[in-house]
Amino acid sequence: MAMNPAAAPLVALDAVRKTYNAGLPSEQEVLHGLDLRINAGEFAALIGPSGSGKSTLLNIIGLLEGGSGGVYRLAGRDVTQLDDDARTQARHATLGFIFQFHHLLPAFSTLENVMLPALIGGEVMDKKSRDRAAWLLDAVGLKDAHHKKPTELSGGMQQRVAIARALVRSPQLVLADEPTGNLDTHSSDTIFELMRQFNREQGTAFLVVTHDPRLAARCDRIIELVDGSIAGDRANTPKLN
Amino acid sequence: MGLLGFELTVALRFLREGRMQTALIVGGASVGVAVIYFITAVLVGVQADLIRRVTGSQPHIVLKAPDETVAPLLGSRADAARIASVQARPQRLVTLDGWPVIARQIETTPGVTAVAAVASGAALAIKGDATRSIVLVGTDMDRYQRVVRLDDKLTQGVLRLEASDALMGIELAKDLGAVLGDRFRVQSGEGTSEVFQIRGLLDLGTRELNRRYVYVNLRPAQSLLNITGRVTNIDAAIDNIMRAEQVAAKLRASTGQQIESWIQTNQQVFTAIGNQNIMTLLIRSFVTVVVALGIASVLVVSVVQKRKEIGILRAVGTTRGQMMRVFLWQGAMVGAAGALLGTAFGLVLISVFSRILRSEKGVPLFTMAFDAGLTGIVFAVAVVLGVIAAVLPARNAARLDPAQAIRG
Repeated sequence: MAMNPAAAPLVALDAVRKTYNAGLPSEQEVLHGLDLRINAGEFAALIGPSGSGKSTLLNIIGLLEGGSGGVYRLAGRDVTQLDDDARTQARHATLGFIFQFHHLLPAFSTLENVMLPALIGGEVMDKKSRDRAAWLLDAVGLKDAHHKKPTELSGGMQQRVAIARALVRSPQLVLADEPTGNLDTHSSDTIFELMRQFNREQGTAFLVVTHDPRLAARCDRIIELVDGSIAGDRANTPKLN
Repeated sequence: MGLLGFELTVALRFLREGRMQTALIVGGASVGVAVIYFITAVLVGVQADLIRRVTGSQPHIVLKAPDETVAPLLGSRADAARIASVQARPQRLVTLDGWPVIARQIETTPGVTAVAAVASGAALAIKGDATRSIVLVGTDMDRYQRVVRLDDKLTQGVLRLEASDALMGIELAKDLGAVLGDRFRVQSGEGTSEVFQIRGLLDLGTRELNRRYVYVNLRPAQSLLNITGRVTNIDAAIDNIMRAEQVAAKLRASTGQQIESWIQTNQQVFTAIGNQNIMTLLIRSFVTVVVALGIASVLVVSVVQKRKEIGILRAVGTTRGQMMRVFLWQGAMVGAAGALLGTAFGLVLISVFSRILRSEKGVPLFTMAFDAGLTGIVFAVAVVLGVIAAVLPARNAARLDPAQAIRG
């Protein structure tokens, strides 16, 4: 049965399990048959205590690791059995990442860091991707930092660069792992506002892993993971600042 | 950024970022390359010198008529009696029949550069009361000079062998109490004798040669040795002296005469050269392996150091193949940089040492030349080697699990 990608949810997990050290005495199942749908344009929070499997789930959705069972469809396409190259390409085409520790490449300038995902695809000479990178940096408030090295920027500024990088290829979904985890409250707010703004203006879906209930309360949907199972999944009306 | 393509750009940035590490690894590769140049220069210099010394006063190839032998078999029947003991017969002067034809045949053989016919035999040199046994060499000086260079051995006088001219070794002149311009008598075993005038004195390199050799014109030598119109051997020079054996074999087949190459007559020297070559090849191989291991180990460490960056690159869409190529490029660039710097360093080493390694008189012990023909090969080998050395680290980088790498 052919599925219409437009109608399909962006992320569809069915009975996805993840087992580490399978077959060893240390075998451990961290995700127990999850079902989860994330639709285009959503802004969802993924919360839960440490060790509940949030990062593992994010990695599976982000195609950084494979599941041990179940089916994963990304944008309507079954990506469960893809080999590494195909997974990398699907990731490159559909997803953007923001990590807790901004993780910029220190050998590249700010602008180059933002352009990296475009460069990888061989869109080297594409002026459009350069313009978009510059525009995104301006949009996250780093107009004057295009040619600075990441080490010359503050933590909050680096994370803004990471947001710009995640968005440069206009992904359908951005996965953010504790994006404000090591930032002060003010920077946190700025980062969060930027993500919401891109969600609003560009229609990019966001799945944000966070420990911070204050931030979760500002998302449209809150998914709660406890001990590798979804313990709660509810719509939320964000409180305005 | 951008013009070079993604993998090369990242590779360059990684190398630039790793300053100290990059400097060390390129430095190591350059030293290796320089050592290879240096060893090659020393080897080539020493060997060229050795060969020049050995072949300086003897022809590369000598053609003689086959030795006369005593056939030990009586008749050809199976029950024929055999003579139990055979005495080798004393050798007369054996001459080459139809030598002009053979000489022309040798001259047209590929690889042969010059040919000279020689009538040579034992004789006595007499001056006043002094009598010395000598080796009389009769030849045409113009031709002989192209086979064995005598001009650089001339210590006094001129290189000229007209009717009654003679050149002799410096020791012989001393023994005879003769100086340049003096006349002396040469008496052959056949009983005839002739008077020659000393036109030049030669230093042929060894005492033995200097004490025995007398060069005269072909014609008087022939008549003294009683072989008018004939010669005892034909000497030849070839372009590549290391191929003397091959040329000799070819001549042996085409002329049917007895051919000796300098390699045969100096088997020990030739073996020594062969051993030197093997040793040098070994040293060069070891240096190459050490350089490769050095490059590999630094890149392995670099992969570990750059785990997070590799993880990020993978997460934002770099494929395993691209990641691998980033590190292969690094190996190639380290190899290329090492080759360039090492070539310069090698040049310096060679020029410094060729100035240092001199005898007391200030004459270089041996000639060391920078082998420019080697640069292309060295560059290619260094780049390929760099890539090979990078294979293991590159595979490590490609296999890195991005999820784990990012986590820390």
